[in-house]
Amino acid sequence: MNAISALLRRELTLAMRRRGDALTALFFFVIVASLFPLGVGPDPKLLHLMGGGVVWVAALLAAMLSLGRLFAADHADGTLEQLILTPTSPVVWIAGKILAHWLVSGVPLILMAPVLGIQFGLSGAELAVLMWSLLLGTPALSLIGAIGAALTLGLRGGGVLVSLLVLPLYVPVLIFGAGAVDGAISGLGSEAHLSLLGGILILAFMLTPWAVAAALRISIE
Amino acid sequence: MSGFNLYKYSSPATFYVLAGRLIPWFYAAAALLGAAGLYVSFFLAPTDFQQGEAYRIIFIHVPAAWMSMFIYLAMAGWAALGLAFNTRLSFMMASALAPTGAMLTFVSLWTGALWGKPTWGAWWVWDARLTSELILFFLYLGFMALQAAIDDPRRADRAGALIALVGVVNVPIIYFSVKWWNTLHQGASVSLNTAPSMAAVMLAGMLVMALAVWMYAIAAALSRVRCIILERERNSQWVAQMLGAEPHPHPNLPLEGEGTNVEGI
Repeated sequence: MNAISALLRRELTLAMRRRGDALTALFFFVIVASLFPLGVGPDPKLLHLMGGGVVWVAALLAAMLSLGRLFAADHADGTLEQLILTPTSPVVWIAGKILAHWLVSGVPLILMAPVLGIQFGLSGAELAVLMWSLLLGTPALSLIGAIGAALTLGLRGGGVLVSLLVLPLYVPVLIFGAGAVDGAISGLGSEAHLSLLGGILILAFMLTPWAVAAALRISIE
Repeated sequence: MSGFNLYKYSSPATFYVLAGRLIPWFYAAAALLGAAGLYVSFFLAPTDFQQGEAYRIIFIHVPAAWMSMFIYLAMAGWAALGLAFNTRLSFMMASALAPTGAMLTFVSLWTGALWGKPTWGAWWVWDARLTSELILFFLYLGFMALQAAIDDPRRADRAGALIALVGVVNVPIIYFSVKWWNTLHQGASVSLNTAPSMAAVMLAGMLVMALAVWMYAIAAALSRVRCIILERERNSQWVAQMLGAEPHPHPNLPLEGEGTNVEGI
């Protein structure tokens, strides 16, 4: 527990000192979502139907873009090797790092999402479902993406490569996340989608830290 | 009887020879089964009363789709073997299977589009099977792109193996999520599930074709693994001896892929 809180403090301090990084991903999110009405036209009905999906796709891309920051800086200055050498199980500090990454990159997306949802004409209840789905979905995105980030550490073209590795794995999260909002819009209800999202999150939380630990060992050695 | 030793063939040097002996047999089996399967498909199988002659493309399409999924499983199996026992040959087999699997995935998507146009009236619908097959194609591409991006063969092997295993855990989740997404959206109401039951001749043709594709996949993977073995072991003595070339000028230097048993050939 001590190790995790120390690591969290360190990660958050570093993130506070490089606020620009998190803000860039956040503005990317806003810009991508704002481009869709320009592309498909300003029809409010159409935008209302598309809103949940568009915000979700934009959130997914923004989450993917910020994956590079997860391990790259620590890899470059040798911190990662020191972390691997510590007696703490890698699964523990990897979970801590992913949590910190989500706090910095995922939570701002959740807080910004209602603003974008209003642009697409979502109602209050629909906005609430959107936020719930993002609250359950973005940690899963961080967890799954961490595998890709760990495998592509230090590779040329790592950024493009990570998208090829990670985006297919994001498909279920996208389907249930956007599906929850769709369910709220169409009146079918969104509990089933949210439950499935929660299931994915639990599964990802149980399995991915082990996979990331294995991936880091492969990339570092 | 001390005869057959499985471990003997886990050495690339011995497996290279074994694969060379097996390849012609698998190609021959693929050709014979393919000829028989195509004969059944195009001459014996009756014309479908709903779909006309266009349905015959399923004799290519369905075997390709089956094998594309099966090869991903086989690839992940080799990857798991490699990670568990640290055998180089297993990783090489996984890498050798990937392009064949990707090719078959592409074939099944392509023939599916060709079949869909006359039957459904659209080249592409967002059907659960089509979508998950497309995602499978992306998974293959990701595996190959990751291995191609890593210069160190040891790291490439292990990183690829890990992503293959992660993919195999995800494939069922992806399949069911896409399926539920599709049924909730009610977009494409056409489904293969409602197709009338198949005539026995059609089923036979499809199974024979599936066997042909299977044999072809094995032959292609073995041919490719031989290339990979030669490439990885190019500096070792057995390759030099086999090719009748001058041995490596500095045989004592630590080279990649050292430690093969020269007696194996």
